[in-house]
Amino acid sequence: MKRKETAIEFLLALCGAITILTTIGILWVLLYETWLFFKEVSIVEFFTDTQWTPLFADKHFGILPLISGTFLTSMIAITVALPIGLSIAVYLNEYAHPKFRRTIKPALEVLAAIPTIVYGYFALTVITPALQKIIPGLAGFNALSPGIVMGIMIIPLISSLSEDALYAVPKSLREASYGLGASRFQTSFKVLVPAAFSGITVSVILAISRAFGETMIVAVAAGLEPRFTLDPTVPIATITTYIVQVSMGDVPQGSLEFKTIFSAGMVLFVFTFILNTISARIKKRFHHKYE
Amino acid sequence: MFKKLNYSAVLATVILASCGGGAKESKLTGTIAIDGSSTVFPISEAMAEEFRAVQPGVDVTVGESGTGGGFKKFTRSEIDICDASRPIKDSEMKDAAANNVNYLELEIAYDGLAVVVNPQNTWVDKLTVSELKMIWEPAAQNTIKMWNQIRPEWPAEEIHLYGAGTASGTYDYFTEEICGEKGASRGDYTASENDNQLVTGVAGDKGGLGYFGMAYYENNKDKLKIVPIDNGSGNAVIPTNETVLNKSYSPLSRPLYIYINLNALSKPEVKAFIDFYLEQAATLSKEVGYVPCEQQIYDAQKQKLQESAASLPTEKK
Repeated sequence: MKRKETAIEFLLALCGAITILTTIGILWVLLYETWLFFKEVSIVEFFTDTQWTPLFADKHFGILPLISGTFLTSMIAITVALPIGLSIAVYLNEYAHPKFRRTIKPALEVLAAIPTIVYGYFALTVITPALQKIIPGLAGFNALSPGIVMGIMIIPLISSLSEDALYAVPKSLREASYGLGASRFQTSFKVLVPAAFSGITVSVILAISRAFGETMIVAVAAGLEPRFTLDPTVPIATITTYIVQVSMGDVPQGSLEFKTIFSAGMVLFVFTFILNTISARIKKRFHHKYE
Repeated sequence: MFKKLNYSAVLATVILASCGGGAKESKLTGTIAIDGSSTVFPISEAMAEEFRAVQPGVDVTVGESGTGGGFKKFTRSEIDICDASRPIKDSEMKDAAANNVNYLELEIAYDGLAVVVNPQNTWVDKLTVSELKMIWEPAAQNTIKMWNQIRPEWPAEEIHLYGAGTASGTYDYFTEEICGEKGASRGDYTASENDNQLVTGVAGDKGGLGYFGMAYYENNKDKLKIVPIDNGSGNAVIPTNETVLNKSYSPLSRPLYIYINLNALSKPEVKAFIDFYLEQAATLSKEVGYVPCEQQIYDAQKQKLQESAASLPTEKK
């Protein structure tokens, strides 16, 4: 009996170890290949050159165009998702009937279950033509349309996590606010949202991190041209789309061109790692406050 | 997206062909894997579709990872047939030899590369080969960004470029013919092996200019504007059946190929498919927007096929 227990314990520990070992493995491969890459390309060029053309005759290894593309689409996404997501959270938490809330919340999360490739074609074939009617100079591939669609995709992430944060605000605060004669609107935006601020920030950071890593939507609708710009109307490329493009093509493994995808992947990893660490920190402090 | 095929004509040829080849009514089974050039893809795709009507038991899959990507798989025996928009390279021949892959090359049609702009572009009447070079050569990277840099009378608007990805035979071909060296291209453009993506790009971008196989222009005529090309002779020519066949649309027209793994060819279903392919090449390549070869070329290809099939040990099924 005792031995059986030990065996089960071992199996459970193994399951946990698999996830950790995978992370360590990925990190190791990224670090190793990136190190090989920087033996051939100067790190100064990598972070200062404004051109990214490793596959072509005049090679430049400046990651800035890919970072600007990633940053641009993610910021557009957040600009769309934050106000809508937060309004939904406040509505569900303060205004909606509890029964309605119980049905609508899972329904909202269905948005997150739509495959991203579908979002991508939605951006390309519905949103872009519609936007072109409003903005005549908009190119067929651009940052704006996938950015907006990505924003719609991450709404559930923000609304759901923010709603949890609002829900966790102690009842006493809410009641005190009503007791002072505040309206629902005042209670929501002057008391609850500030009280749940750290939780909302966490949701936003996680959403940005999700948007950074998003691949299919931008690969389909944003174009594939690394361009150092913050203009949302022209074709751009993001870190993820570049990696997809190279891994699908016929770039020989082990070549410098192939190593670029690891260095690009490393940059992406560092960004999302920093964001996730910040959100974990905030989350910790936030729990502290009300315990 | 392709025009409806003329089924009765296809059917008639099939019946004639099967009568000529003796009463072989056997139903074949198996799978045939094709990959390679996205330029040849529409032809192979149409072939696969038509072949299904004749031999429903044979499953033909067609991919489009670019000529380079296709040869990579082909030389590792991962696919049976490779679509190619250029002849096989020496390095790829070496890979094939190293992996004991023997193959047969067949010419199946001609293609013209179409240079296109957006229909709202009112200023481009034609481009010379040297202007194309100025736009696409490596030195243009991050330098040629406005239309008026090409010709001063053109507007001071941004030019957005769409072209073949580096894995595509179209890329090798275009850079060699226009920039003078294979692979010599600027890098700051939307590069894709997927021609539909390039069509979408130029069709939705007033400042867009792109190049791809003429079939993709033929099928999207309403969304694109073709640019006549002047190779220095003073005549600006657009790619049509006539100009490609009589070689006046030069230098942007070229032959298209399929490569068949000889091991695969010893299988009856692959042999039947290739027979069908050569029989239908003239009709179907035209249907999907390419230029068929002259009849004597097809006859020569058929002979090549029969000779190399006869030399193979036939696989017992």
